[in-house]
Amino acid sequence: MQVKFTNRGSTLVIGIIGELDHHSAEYIRDKIDAQMIKSTTKNIVFDFSKVGFMDSSGIGVIVGRYKNISKLKGKAAIVNPNAQIKKILEMAGIPKIIPLFNTVDDAVSSM
Amino acid sequence: MQPINEMKIEFLSKSNNESFARVVAAAFVSQLDPTMEELADVKTAVSEAVTNAIIHGYEDTIGYVRMECRLYEDSVEIIVEDKGKGIDNIELARQPLYTSKPELERSGMGFTVMETFMDSVEVKSEPGVGTLVKMCKSFKSLKGKQN
Repeated sequence: MQVKFTNRGSTLVIGIIGELDHHSAEYIRDKIDAQMIKSTTKNIVFDFSKVGFMDSSGIGVIVGRYKNISKLKGKAAIVNPNAQIKKILEMAGIPKIIPLFNTVDDAVSSM
Repeated sequence: MQPINEMKIEFLSKSNNESFARVVAAAFVSQLDPTMEELADVKTAVSEAVTNAIIHGYEDTIGYVRMECRLYEDSVEIIVEDKGKGIDNIELARQPLYTSKPELERSGMGFTVMETFMDSVEVKSEPGVGTLVKMCKSFKSLKGKQN
């Protein structure tokens, strides 16, 4: 499990690599929160291109970060989830509050 | 109905066994040759059931989680069981968004995921004794297919 960060202007792109379950959720959450404190992040983009699996623990991580960024009047987006992850996101109603995009460029330019 | 194949395993309630359990279940079920999507559904449901056993059943203690899989011609039955603290109110626990651990940023969607991705989910639990979750799914892609 790995998390890579890229700053694109005021948008922080969070590239998660691996599987997002209860076991990895705490590590990912801590990494993201630490990064969000130190950078001048306004918006966040979750890049799911390299996530092979996610269960409902991932919903907790996404919604938690979304709440934090919303308090600062920022926006969030999700990029390229696979079919299994998309199914979970849709089941939880996430796309209604956090839009999905095919590419990081599309997500960043929507901010 | 007699299963065509069956397996049982036990593993410690450590969070790194969540991926172990779902991969084992998926590998076993793949013998039936369902679609990738059907296999992903099983994997996700198992992940939720095992995570519940670890977080809620055993909480901060360590015990054994037992998983049983039975394969039929075009369906699977999976049981995930713990000997942990049990669930006081099963109906409440199964409600979407309900979580007994909001401080852990749990989404409260575990049972909802299991119910969405499997055809049936049965929960038996007794406080102080443990919890058993039995999930079944028939694979539409295999209906009427000759093996």
